[in-house]
Amino acid sequence: MKTLLLTASAAAIAVAMSAGIAAARDQIQIAGSSTVLPYAKIVAENFGETYPDFKTPVVESGGSSAGLKEFCKGVGEDTIDIANASRKIKESELKACADNGVTEVQEVQFGYDGIVFATDAAGPDWELTPVDVYKALAAKVVVDGKLVDNPYKKWNEVNSALPDWDIVAYIPGEKHGTREVFEEKLLIAGCEEAGGPEAAAEAGLDEDAAASACKAVRKDGGAVDIDGDYTETLARIDSNKTGVGVFGLSFYENNADKLKVATVSGVTPSVETISSGEYPVSRPLQFYVKKAHIGVIPGLKEYVTFFLDDQMVGPDGPLAEYGLVPAPDEERDAQREAFEAGETM
Amino acid sequence: MTDAIIPAGTSQPARPRRDIGLKRRYAAEQRFKIYGIVAIAIGLFFLAALLWSVFSNGYTAFWQTSINLPVNFDESVIDPDNERGTNPNILFTANYPKLARDALAQKLGIDPEDRAQMRDVGKMISDGVRGQLRNVVMANPSVVGTTQNVWVLASADIDSAQKGQINLEIGEDRRRVSDQQVAWMRQLEESGDLEQRFNSGLFTFGASSRPETAGVGVALVGSFYMMLIVLVLSLPIGVAASIYLEEFAAKNRWTDLIEVNINNLAAVPSIVFGLLGLAVFINFMELPRSASIVGGLVLTLMTLPTIIIATRSALRAVPPSIRSAALGIGASKMQMVFHHVLPLAAPGILTGTIIGLAQALGETAPLLLIGMVAFVANYPATPMDPATALPVQIYMWAGEAERAFVERTSGAIIILLGFLAIMNITAIILRRRVERRW
Repeated sequence: MKTLLLTASAAAIAVAMSAGIAAARDQIQIAGSSTVLPYAKIVAENFGETYPDFKTPVVESGGSSAGLKEFCKGVGEDTIDIANASRKIKESELKACADNGVTEVQEVQFGYDGIVFATDAAGPDWELTPVDVYKALAAKVVVDGKLVDNPYKKWNEVNSALPDWDIVAYIPGEKHGTREVFEEKLLIAGCEEAGGPEAAAEAGLDEDAAASACKAVRKDGGAVDIDGDYTETLARIDSNKTGVGVFGLSFYENNADKLKVATVSGVTPSVETISSGEYPVSRPLQFYVKKAHIGVIPGLKEYVTFFLDDQMVGPDGPLAEYGLVPAPDEERDAQREAFEAGETM
Repeated sequence: MTDAIIPAGTSQPARPRRDIGLKRRYAAEQRFKIYGIVAIAIGLFFLAALLWSVFSNGYTAFWQTSINLPVNFDESVIDPDNERGTNPNILFTANYPKLARDALAQKLGIDPEDRAQMRDVGKMISDGVRGQLRNVVMANPSVVGTTQNVWVLASADIDSAQKGQINLEIGEDRRRVSDQQVAWMRQLEESGDLEQRFNSGLFTFGASSRPETAGVGVALVGSFYMMLIVLVLSLPIGVAASIYLEEFAAKNRWTDLIEVNINNLAAVPSIVFGLLGLAVFINFMELPRSASIVGGLVLTLMTLPTIIIATRSALRAVPPSIRSAALGIGASKMQMVFHHVLPLAAPGILTGTIIGLAQALGETAPLLLIGMVAFVANYPATPMDPATALPVQIYMWAGEAERAFVERTSGAIIILLGFLAIMNITAIILRRRVERRW
């Protein structure tokens, strides 16, 4: 017992000592959006395999906001080098960054992500429009020029071309970056088309209140917030065959045998229709690089350059294979030049 | 007890006392036994359902489809300018996937100039083949210029199709394997060049974006480091604290307060310890993010209360007569504790420690905040390097889009359950074998 205690305490001291000597970091650290995570993983893995001198970067998940928060903590080896984000950095976040000494932030937009509606593979074909989505899922809809609580119970009440299914849609929860795009490109667009702002003005609401009335989602069970990831949405659709789910394009493409995708405004979502801008619901994906770390953390510049190389981010690269919508040629060139030139925000 | 009261005014003679309510009490006992059995049956049912869902999904993860290829390590592809003597990096960056593609095309009798078909052929082989063939060459550079039979990993889509996880009945455009690839797969299967082999990579590979080269290796090492740190720190600290509180400290308000706090800490949600770890170890002490040392320290904090509580009850279970006897023959208090009480309490302490470790092994929430829920492909050399943990790997795989990660998630759960079972069985055996009862 005595020797055991002695060895244990000796080992404890050794561990505590080794903690004191922090070695210089030789591995890039990345954190942020779970939508960008799969792409960052593919690049990180290939980067580690292609450059024998650098280790594979560490990519944390946790969400755009959490990633940007870590990113803005300061400059130095104990802070992360890159924040992945499925939305643009906010003014307030940039300010927080600057307050902590992170004054030079390079934004890199590397492609687009499509957001699709999908149902169980055995179901009928779906053709949605933003108005249908707004009418089916908003808390208040326009009936005869007035804003009323959503009365619709079935999809075919919204639009007779849709099936006779109870309205149950699994939409991304409020902490997801996808939610913002969903609100902006579908609910608000549909609301405007349906005459929501006029009806709101009539009801005496100001502009801000009208906008938030447009994007408020019904809370009576018709729209279910999914705070987990797309696997959870897929599981919900598996158990409720008449449910409609919102997915990222890459997730749908990996599970196309289980899901049937809906057209939006008559356009089938695909890498081609999204990059041409025909398909309306998409958003840019980006990451933010701490310029002060370039040249300090080995491999950081090479990693970003490798990420932006056409062999990764181009139309035939592994990211497009996984479901990333590549940016047009000129845009990719512009991003590469901007990064090389060291442009900051 | 109402049946013991005989209503007033009846002329019935009192029944003999020993018959009173006997039947009813037996019935009550029977009913209670049935409730107990039902309760256990419900528990067992859910356990069986859990195990069934994990094992039926996960057992296939331990096999991986591989293709036997006669790979020609062509010098004109690997090292066209013959400069590997001066520049060893050439062997690292050579175009190994082309070697595998060409070998497979040759086996299937496809013209290497047919680009469309070669694309499909390339997609049957895992991208991990680059590392696999490179390792062959790095281990023995003299293979360059020769032809070797190598079992290369098939791509995840072929693997899933071979295991029947992709519905091949539906239209070709809605699945990730083409009819042509399925036909090639069947052809290779018939000639015995494609088969399911034991997936040792599941235990040795690090995290990967490709299911077929993803494994829990890094997570196992990370978990091992963390368990080591937890054991080395929390056992001595926990035992010392318990001995002092139990044997030396006076019983007063202060010790009561400490006891309440320890019991409270044992019930605090683990995410709170993660927040503490982020604030103290990373922000204040500036330890590296994602490193298993920080994870180990956080889990130590979480495990300490469990160990202290278990140790104190083990110390309390040692009869006071032993203490009195030791003191009676002239032992000092310290000798009494270390020569008599502690050895007798040791089995109980170890059992508590193992249960505490098992709890720490399954913990994910506190690791999220200190950056250990991460994609880590390189093995950590020391506890200061980035690493993940087993439950984290399960959580990360559960969110992946690829079909092949579904079985790997369950496979990793089986591995974790295996470790937990070993730890808990050890605890039970220790208790049975060494524990003394008075």
